[in-house]
Amino acid sequence: MSADPIIRIERLYKEYQTDAGPVPVLKDVTLDVMPGEFVAIMGPSGSGKSTFMNILGCLDIPTSGTYLLNGRDVGAQSSDALAHLRNEVIGFVFQGFNLLPRASLEDNVALPLIYRGVTRIERLARANEMLAKVGLGGYSRSRPNQISGGQQQRVAIARALASQPKLILADEPTGNLDTHTSEEIMALFTELNKRDGITIVLVTHEWDIAAGAQRLVRLADGRVVYDGPMSEAPPLVSGAHA
Amino acid sequence: MIAAMLGEAWVAMGANRLRTFLTMLGMVIGVSAVILMLAVGQGAQKQVQDSIASMGSNLFVVLSGSVTSGGVRMGGGATPTLTLADAQALEELPGITAVAPSSPGTAQLVYGPNNWSTQVIGTSPSYLTVRDWTLSAGFPFTDSDVRSATRVALIGQTVAQNLFGEDDPVGKNMRIRGSPYVVLGVLAPKGQSLDGRDQDDTVLIPVTTAQRKLFGGQFIGTVRFMTVQAESAEAMPALEKSMTELLRQRHRIREGADPDFMVRNLTAVAATAAATAQVMSLMLGAIASISLLVGGIGIMNIMLVSVTERTREIGIRMAIGARQRDILIQFLLEAIIISVVGCFVGVVLGVGGAMLVQQLANMTVVVTASSVMLAFAVAATVGVFFGYYPARKAAGMRPIDALRYQ
Repeated sequence: MSADPIIRIERLYKEYQTDAGPVPVLKDVTLDVMPGEFVAIMGPSGSGKSTFMNILGCLDIPTSGTYLLNGRDVGAQSSDALAHLRNEVIGFVFQGFNLLPRASLEDNVALPLIYRGVTRIERLARANEMLAKVGLGGYSRSRPNQISGGQQQRVAIARALASQPKLILADEPTGNLDTHTSEEIMALFTELNKRDGITIVLVTHEWDIAAGAQRLVRLADGRVVYDGPMSEAPPLVSGAHA
Repeated sequence: MIAAMLGEAWVAMGANRLRTFLTMLGMVIGVSAVILMLAVGQGAQKQVQDSIASMGSNLFVVLSGSVTSGGVRMGGGATPTLTLADAQALEELPGITAVAPSSPGTAQLVYGPNNWSTQVIGTSPSYLTVRDWTLSAGFPFTDSDVRSATRVALIGQTVAQNLFGEDDPVGKNMRIRGSPYVVLGVLAPKGQSLDGRDQDDTVLIPVTTAQRKLFGGQFIGTVRFMTVQAESAEAMPALEKSMTELLRQRHRIREGADPDFMVRNLTAVAATAAATAQVMSLMLGAIASISLLVGGIGIMNIMLVSVTERTREIGIRMAIGARQRDILIQFLLEAIIISVVGCFVGVVLGVGGAMLVQQLANMTVVVTASSVMLAFAVAATVGVFFGYYPARKAAGMRPIDALRYQ
């Protein structure tokens, strides 16, 4: 693995324009993520972690500051180039799974590959390989509504893996799942991180989930208030909701 | 890539079959209406054109005009002033293909136990050229028959049926006003004329025979009218002048005096009839096109609903790497598939409907490849045109907004 960070964020600001004037959401965020890291981002509601995640995922662009993803300056890219970056570098896992309800599981998993011009045979082969990897080998022809939530999130992870990304961005991936299933999903992330060396950045508000990561980044009011190893993180000030 | 997109479109359309079907139905009805209406319109046009063609093309008719005799002006054609010599002189003019002098009259025909009253036209062999008429059996009479005024005849289909029934008329002897005539040939069927007369109810005999032996009359050697065929439609206005000039000289009409003949251009009549039929055809097509337009708006409507419904899907696709162009193509393809498939079905129904109309209503309908192609091209254009706006709307969404859409 190279020594260059996969994510390099410097002095990043993000403001939203509202009728009452600009509202700053992220203030002077600086962060590097090295390849192979497993980072959990935590913070209370309104701390800017969703906005941060959107920017990391190239779905939104910063107001100022630089964001280099895999060495490329995201702010300078066209919308087509951003789409290409999302397709090549990032795999998304969402809280609501975001599968296409009408498509079979293998078609769902194969979806990112369509935008790469991969042939159908190859797409489906890869999709089935990924489904097997997340433990859903026999479900290729099922539809999302025929399987459980935990299984749907596995499919979403398989879809993220199909494009062989360097980075997986998971936004509250266990938010809709029960404790047991959440643990299974986290185990899967840990395995992908350890065995395949995929960088994982995960947003959560649950300590138990965040505990699976090596590094913790805590946001509060748009600023980074803690960035260090999970083991050395200071205990929370109030309650389970950080 | 396109193959994958087609697959995606197929899945999306299959997911809401009833809606897809209803949207398509708009196109189906539009296209089949266009094809059916054009077929009916062109059928009517063809009927008119056939009647015009049966009259012969690029024709003038030269009629005897009014004659003033002792201060009394006679009506046109009352006194025959045109002669066979006039016909021969006209034929010499450059640009004229044929001149057929005509001396018509009515006579009773008899063959065996049958008799039949019909129009007998004394004319020259050029009559067949001028009227673009062929024989279905036998041979035409010749110039030498005209010179020697032989008793020979060509009979029309109606006459052949009424007089000879099942017999072959060629070579048979029939009587016209009691005198024997040899039937040389039978004219090919021509059907109704523009004014509804049966053109097949006629007998042609040499003009000289008609003048000298059949009708007789006070002015031997004159003809009632002449049918003149020009080489081309473009030459007709100039020819009309030179013919008038020539006949004035021959008839010694002084400068400024009324001529005793009339030259009529028949093309004008034909052109009017053809134009009327064409206008009708266009109008039917235009009315049908409106339904195609309505079908197109239906597509746009449904695609807009579909884009809104699938906002989240669009967001997911964008998040995992779809470019704006990919989304645009996806929705555009759906619209195009709906319109093209609808068009296929519409073509089948339209052509089938046209055949049914032909069978049931006994109307002439003409389905041309060009009308089918036109309907197809219009439908595809409508698909792209009305599909573009919704597709554009889908492609222009911001990924985060689309993803958050509930």
